[in-house]
Formats: sequence, structure tokens, C-alpha cells
Amino acid sequence: MRRWLYLLPVAVFALMAAGFYIGLSRDPEVLPSPLIDEPAPQFDLPPLPGSNKGLSTADLKGGVSLVNVFASWCVPCREEHKALSAFAALKRVPVYGIDYKDKPKAAADWLTELGNPYTQIGADDGQVGIAWGVYGVPETFLVDGAGRIRYKHVGPLSQADIDKTILPLIARFGQ
Amino acid sequence: MRVWLFALLLLAALAPVPAHAVRPDEVLPDPALEARTRDIGKELRCLVCRNQSVDDSDADLAHDIRALVRQRLTAGDSNAQVIAYIRSRYGDYVLLKPPFQLDTWLLWGGPAVILLLGIGGIGRYLRRQARKAAAPPLSDDERQRLAQMLDDKAEP
Repeated sequence: MRRWLYLLPVAVFALMAAGFYIGLSRDPEVLPSPLIDEPAPQFDLPPLPGSNKGLSTADLKGGVSLVNVFASWCVPCREEHKALSAFAALKRVPVYGIDYKDKPKAAADWLTELGNPYTQIGADDGQVGIAWGVYGVPETFLVDGAGRIRYKHVGPLSQADIDKTILPLIARFGQ
Repeated sequence: MRVWLFALLLLAALAPVPAHAVRPDEVLPDPALEARTRDIGKELRCLVCRNQSVDDSDADLAHDIRALVRQRLTAGDSNAQVIAYIRSRYGDYVLLKPPFQLDTWLLWGGPAVILLLGIGGIGRYLRRQARKAAAPPLSDDERQRLAQMLDDKAEP
């Protein structure tokens, strides 16, 4: 009688296994950003000491750019610094920095020590970070020529991230 | 007398005091606005500690979000406007209570669906049991035999 009913537990198990497989293979540290394909937030940040140009929304228009949120107190930022510097040296697109919740002096020292890959840097006390939806540095955004955020990377950028994700995206949005 | 006073003091010292993440220097002078800040903070997730609310959390980001909430409330925003702004930056995940929408219907409707399935199952089971318990009606043959037996009994 109703043999197929015996298959029901197996079917339920298969469904749950599939759900867990998809759900658990996602990185829980990376949250989807609602800002993708939205215009970059309005902001105007002052420069770090030793520079006279800060960073504002207007700087992001006119071509694809990378916006990297970093801080001298952030250990993974040190980790991504090499790959980011190598990328900046290619001079494909400008790399803008948002120095997040940092002491200006500490940031300037950090850049002197490691080298400065950034075209322009704005110093943020935390409020611009919220506008960008930043919850953990380092975070990197790809902004297209119209000033729209097209991609967000959470965590340190590796050379592989740049080669496999960032460069193809620049080619795609580069027109 | 002095012993009692000492005991009382000791008890007072042991009384649990809630630890507040909100720093004294960040509180607004207007108690109504401050109360609204606290209410909003309780609804928002701190994205650094994930399972704490912005109101509870001691993280720097939570502190900054509280500062933003205070600034917006002071500027005249409603609670809903403030929450909508923060949601537009961080996504639905920032809300501690997930909204009811297309991708969360299973989350909200799941318990009701399971309850309905359970009620349906129990109903089916009970109906089947009742059908089993009810004896089938007598056939003509059986009725005749029964009448005969009764007649036999009636005669001494």
C-alpha cells in the first residue's frame, strides 16, 4: 500500500542535504552588500597629513577605480598591501584609499614604512565607512566610470583575487 | 547594628548591575531622543559581533552606528527612516528581526506549514481509527440469524 510513501524520508533528507550543502559552503564572514550597482555614497573626506588632496565622491567619476578601505591598525591590510601595490603599479585604474578610523600620524607612518599605493586618500572617522556599508577592514570596492559600485570584496585582496576577479571586472566596466 | 549595616552593604555590592555598552559621553541630553536611540539600537545587529544588538555591543562600529542614529534623530528623522538608511547600507542582515518578504516566507511561514501538516496528519489518523472502530452494518443473512436467536431466547 502506497509504496512511494516509504521514499518520503529519503526525499526529505536529500532536500535538506542539498540545502545544507549550499548554505554551509558559503563564507559566513562575507555579507551580501545592498550597495552593488548603486551609486557610491556622497562623501568628502579630508587628506592625511603630508598631502593636500582628500577624497570625495566627485573623484570617483570619469573612469573605473578601486576604492580600498584600510587602516594602519588593521593586520590583514598589511597582508594585502603587497598585492594591492603590485596592482597599483600596473596603473590600470586609480586606487583610492579610505583610511578608516585611524590616527592620521599612524597612517602616515604606516604608508612611509610599506609604501603608498594610493592615488588619493581620505581620512574617515567612521561615518563614511557606515555609508559604504563597511563592517570590517580591509574592504575593496570597484566603482565604474559613472560612480556606481559594481563589486565589493571583503577581507584582504590576494594576487589571485586581483587576477581572477578584479582585472576581468575592470575589462568589463572599462568602457 | 553595625553588623547589619555591613551585611546590607555587602548585599548591595553583590546585587547584579547591568553592564552598559553605551558610553556615558555619547548619551543625548534629550531623554526622549535617547530612548528612541536605544530602541533603534535594539533592532539592529552589530555586524562585528553578529549576535549582539547595536545597543548591547561595545564594538567601535556599534558605537559609530549609535552616533549616526543620534545624529539623524536630532536632525528630525523618524525611527523608520533611520532604520531604512542603515538597512540600505548593510542589507537585511543588519535587522535582528528578519522582515517578511519573498525570500523569507519559508522562515516565517515554516512553523505554520508544519503545524497544518501535523493537524492534517492527526485528522487523517483519527478518521481512519473511527472508521475501523465502527462495526459494518449487518447483512440480511446475519439479521435473520440474529432474529432467530432472539426468538429462541424469548421462548422458555
